[in-house]
Amino acid sequence: MKIIVAIKQVPMRDSALHPAASGKWIDEADLSFEINEPDAYALEEALQLKEKHGGEVVVLCAGPERAVQTIREALAKGADRAIHIETDALASLDTLGVAKLLAAAVAPEKPDLILTGLQSDDLGAGQTGVVMAELLGFPHSTIIMQVEAREAGIRVKRELENGWFQHIEIPLPAVLAMQSGSNKLRYATLMGIKKAKTKEIRRVTPAELGGTAAAVATIEKVYLPQKSKQTQIFQGDAKTAAAQLVEKLKFEARVL
Amino acid sequence: MSILVILEQQASQWHRMSWETLAAGQQLGAALDEPVDAAVVGKGVGALANEAAAKKLAKVWAVEHDLLDSYTADGYAVALEHLIQKTQPKLVLFPHTYQVRDFAPKLATRFSQVLVSDVIAARVDAGTLTLVRQFFQGKLSGDVRVSGEGPVFASLQAGAWRADTLESGSAGVQAFTPVLDAAQIRQKPETPFREAARAVDLTAAEIIVSVGRGIREQSNLPVVEDLAKAFGAELAASRPICDAGWLPMERQVGSSGQTVAPKLYVAVGISGAIQHLVGMKGAKTIVAINKDPNAPIFEVADYGIVGDLFEVAPALAAEVRKAKG
Repeated sequence: MKIIVAIKQVPMRDSALHPAASGKWIDEADLSFEINEPDAYALEEALQLKEKHGGEVVVLCAGPERAVQTIREALAKGADRAIHIETDALASLDTLGVAKLLAAAVAPEKPDLILTGLQSDDLGAGQTGVVMAELLGFPHSTIIMQVEAREAGIRVKRELENGWFQHIEIPLPAVLAMQSGSNKLRYATLMGIKKAKTKEIRRVTPAELGGTAAAVATIEKVYLPQKSKQTQIFQGDAKTAAAQLVEKLKFEARVL
Repeated sequence: MSILVILEQQASQWHRMSWETLAAGQQLGAALDEPVDAAVVGKGVGALANEAAAKKLAKVWAVEHDLLDSYTADGYAVALEHLIQKTQPKLVLFPHTYQVRDFAPKLATRFSQVLVSDVIAARVDAGTLTLVRQFFQGKLSGDVRVSGEGPVFASLQAGAWRADTLESGSAGVQAFTPVLDAAQIRQKPETPFREAARAVDLTAAEIIVSVGRGIREQSNLPVVEDLAKAFGAELAASRPICDAGWLPMERQVGSSGQTVAPKLYVAVGISGAIQHLVGMKGAKTIVAINKDPNAPIFEVADYGIVGDLFEVAPALAAEVRKAKG
């Protein structure tokens, strides 16, 4: 099975975020970056499918030069090679624009399966996989917990709301948006890290993929959320703050 | 030109977010001076369409086909593509459900558009629509504008609009049969199932102490278990804790777990991603303990302590025991 895993590099989870001077996106100057967590689960699923059924795992990532670090980490975990769509303009594209680049890079690879995380931790649109599937003419399914290979196609376990699940059969090639948490993520081994240095990272530019389309959805401004509720914050050391809180819970909220 | 609101049903039961989306449609219809239509998709949805027609709407479309009996992304995308081609709406609104996340991006792509997902507010200034959504799991908000040909597609977050503001009325129901062929539907869905009966009913708990990623390791759980014991509370968790297997899935609160509304909810080391917030923001009193003062959990909290949970939780347990005598 030839599997493409689309991954994204995002600011680390605990980053302190501030709007940039332009107001249109965050200031990225002092941030550290890592793989988007749902994409890490998509990669893990791909590696496990390869271990069971053989084949190849190709990492696909659009992003600036710094994304190479995240791509190398994916190769160190066991992906065979990578395609890096190198662009500094990711934030100016909308989902359709990004999906068009990814689809153009994927098409000549003729994969059996494309996996990606169900959403990114930064934009959180949760659509790139589905839009890519539509552009490629592939069927898709989302919020996937498990993938089983069948004689014709695959059978997946999809999460529904409120603790319900459903199995769905889909022919290949297909695109799946993977839910986080259904597998245990592996660490790269020392051997893996060493091997990753010799693995191929093919760089392509947006121009080579047919250029970038003007965004139809644009972010005008990002800002800290306006609070809907007035929160009483208790200061001081832990004991003082806890005592003040208990006082309020007992006499103001009357829940103790 | 009109606004089209897509309502969600499964096995003839409404998804409750359908009514919130309809309320948003009515408000935006008034602001944009556009008529509002609603659509119900499925097989045998006549009764549901009649129910929706008792709201203040221009028209309710009953989009019916044998192949729409079970939900599939392919079936729904084709059916709604045809309806939108026929009705040419300016704006299409969806509830931001798991099902909508599965098909609406595909549908929008067919009109060379982008779904603006998980929208929390909308403004109309001089006829221009601005949609507000969250970024970075709720740490930032942003204003989004949509241009281009074709309708604007937006899915609305749970609880962002209130269903109790819905206005009643009397609309006509019109049947719409999309042209749909079995060969177009590539997903073959099986019957939905639940993993196991739930032994823990968090919805019945009066007090819940809930733990998130901030706990860092499974071996640290006794810190919050003791706090729950002091409060006489049920212990719950955000998704990552249950995914890691540190607590059973049945203790998960959020969109993929249980929705709870206790009189007191104490969130310990939970940042407050929207998937968690939708499951607990109905609690009467919310307490948040988190080291990050900008964590979204503080947006819904009544009381908060910014600090290290490994210091705060034991101190709080001691104070609660003291207060209870």
